[in-house]
Amino acid sequence: MLKADSRDPAAWPRLLLTLLALALLWPGIELSELNLGVLLQADSQNEMGRFVSAFWPPAHDQAFLQLLFKATLQTLAIATAGMALALLLAVPASLIASRALSLSAASRGGVPSLPGRLLRWPIRGLLIFLRSVPEIVWALLFVRAVGLGPAAGVLAIAITYSGMLGKVYAEIFESTDQRPAHALLQAGSGRLAAFAYGTLPNVAAELLSYTVYRWECAIRASVVMGFVGAGGLGQQIDLSIRMFAGGEVASMLLTFLLLVLCADQLSRLLRWRLT
Amino acid sequence: MRRLINLLLTAAIALSVVASFAYLELDLAELGSANSLKQMGSYVQRFLSPDLSAGYLKAIVHGSLETLAMSALGTLLAALFGIVLALPAAGRFGWPLQSAARLLLNGLRAIPELVWAALMVLAAGLGPNAGTLALALHTTGVLGRLFAEALENTPPQPAEAIRLQGGNPIVAFCYGTLPNLAPQLLAYCLYRWENNIRMASVLGFVGAGGLGQMLYVSLSLFQEAQASTVILAMLLLVFLVDWLSAWSRQRWVNA
Amino acid sequence: MTLRLTQGSLRHANGVDALRHIDVQIAAGEQVAIIGPSGAGKSSLLHLLATALKPSSGDIEVLGERAWHVSARQRQRLRARIGLVHQAPPIPPRQRVITAVLAGKLGQWSLGKSLLNLLHPLDVAGARAALARLDLGDKLFAHCQQLSGGQLQRVGIARVLYQAPEILLADEPVSAMDPVLAGHTLAILSRHARERNVTLVASLHAVDLALAHFPRIIGLRDGQILFDCPSAEVSRDKLDALYANEQLQSPAPAVAPLIVQIPRC
Repeated sequence: MLKADSRDPAAWPRLLLTLLALALLWPGIELSELNLGVLLQADSQNEMGRFVSAFWPPAHDQAFLQLLFKATLQTLAIATAGMALALLLAVPASLIASRALSLSAASRGGVPSLPGRLLRWPIRGLLIFLRSVPEIVWALLFVRAVGLGPAAGVLAIAITYSGMLGKVYAEIFESTDQRPAHALLQAGSGRLAAFAYGTLPNVAAELLSYTVYRWECAIRASVVMGFVGAGGLGQQIDLSIRMFAGGEVASMLLTFLLLVLCADQLSRLLRWRLT
Repeated sequence: MRRLINLLLTAAIALSVVASFAYLELDLAELGSANSLKQMGSYVQRFLSPDLSAGYLKAIVHGSLETLAMSALGTLLAALFGIVLALPAAGRFGWPLQSAARLLLNGLRAIPELVWAALMVLAAGLGPNAGTLALALHTTGVLGRLFAEALENTPPQPAEAIRLQGGNPIVAFCYGTLPNLAPQLLAYCLYRWENNIRMASVLGFVGAGGLGQMLYVSLSLFQEAQASTVILAMLLLVFLVDWLSAWSRQRWVNA
Repeated sequence: MTLRLTQGSLRHANGVDALRHIDVQIAAGEQVAIIGPSGAGKSSLLHLLATALKPSSGDIEVLGERAWHVSARQRQRLRARIGLVHQAPPIPPRQRVITAVLAGKLGQWSLGKSLLNLLHPLDVAGARAALARLDLGDKLFAHCQQLSGGQLQRVGIARVLYQAPEILLADEPVSAMDPVLAGHTLAILSRHARERNVTLVASLHAVDLALAHFPRIIGLRDGQILFDCPSAEVSRDKLDALYANEQLQSPAPAVAPLIVQIPRC
């Protein structure tokens, strides 16, 4: 029996990993100025307590409820319009970027030729760039460019979600069985026709499902973007927090929760029905 | 019949899209007009020469590290609290505690991070502490729910066998359930870290420190050159965390 | 009596009777094999004896204690002295073999020691000794998902050997092994039990293995004991009665064709 065998081979890596974690933890706590105790301090508890106690009762006067209703409709409209614009950009982008439509790939077992891959890179890069910048940054930029209001929100969602949808659509096209499309391409059909007859029937359900899920996310994103002035429920919540109007904030948070719940149910219904 | 319903649904969706544009009174023609495009174009042009001076870069590095620390610590705290809440939420301690835990987790995750950040700024003041706490609170709700689902789906036999040998419940959990669960938990944490680095950049908008605060300030002061440097730093940070997360997943989850 | 089951019955949640009025008495240091057709209740009997399941009626007495009439804490302490080898080893796939084996003593270690063991194995030599007796000494630091079915079963046995219980119960411990390896493993278990005066009870599919390695055989059929005798007295008739299955009869012998003589007029 070898003596060296009695040593646990995982001992060194575990020790090093633990030391590394500790070494990173200390500066991390310093940099983030982490202080959980602040939640338990008397004065901040008083502050929060006063704020939270103003939550009850939630504001429910006629004028405010009308404002709330309009703001909710605006949020829904921003999300839907933004998604529509996003689809306008995402569908062609995904078709161009996806290897599923590659003519050269049809005769090379699914791997496009070098020119094929190089030409697709710019579009892929663009899609990645569009989705990597957080949507609220886009919202902030658009608010500066086109002014406060829902237009900025719609454009921000359109840009970010076109990147997200485009990339995921392209991946969905590539993840399904490529042989029907390849067979059609090799028989001489055009790319779009081969795609429509060969790939689309298989992936339609998944595409719809993902799109509806993203619409639901867009609603939450619209509320968040409202904080930087892009209209809708979020803008109202931001205003009310700044004015310390606890009752209004409470009503709006409740409305937001209700909205998200309804959107979730609607999305489930649509996904079940259409797929 | 089914076709009819699907057709009606499609028509309803198309109608709602048109209604949305109409309701917002978005003048897309106005937006796409030559004047408006020129305005946006000149605005964008001001971003194309980022400020790369040494002094500002030092501030950027500090802001990036602050944002990274916010996201990492927020996710770590959320993982710890999440696993603590997931045990009752999966029904390990009886029905009343399960309902209470689930209610708490749902409440934590329903409120978006930005709202939490605004509330935390009120409680903890401006700065990255508010951001870390906000991320921790929201992510606890998300991770707690995911952990509870994973816990419900693990096979109970290994833990039961250890109980049968005379081990107490804690040890049975650590030796029997945790090894099955750990890769799944790690995958969820990495996935949330990827999301949180994007959110951490943004929480600064309400005063929670990091790159977000720098961006908000520079945009408000119309310093586009500085703002574009911050955006570049944000992008770099997102790529870094995505790469680290993919590497960690490859090394510890897929093995 | 080390193990005494009096009129033990077990009824599953779906109303099916797994065991009906079983009486079993096993003295310290005995080696017993339980054989019987599939679905006879061998696993259920072993789980009853291991105090894993509570009998629906009847009483079980293990190592002098009435298992279900003491407090839960005492029962846990009692269970640490009983080792059960499961048919499908209940080991998480990503766990390393050494941790799986060392888990055998979790009923005897304190909480702190158990948790420390997770970070760094505390008794490498002991685990290696247990594995070496089953010819798995070189797999000490492998992950369990890298092992074959037979190797995993041997790890399960090594865990119970490391536990060093006073009663060793084995539920189909060699089902995933080839006949030569199965015989070898049973010989090791038998020798271990003899050397340390451990009571060994095993359920087996293969009758010849049972007869070769165990001095006492219990035949179980349909939840009842058909015979309980020394292995020398197990005859062909008893085995036929045990394994008889009307639905699996061989086809009836061909009937001789009836030759009809049609008289020619």
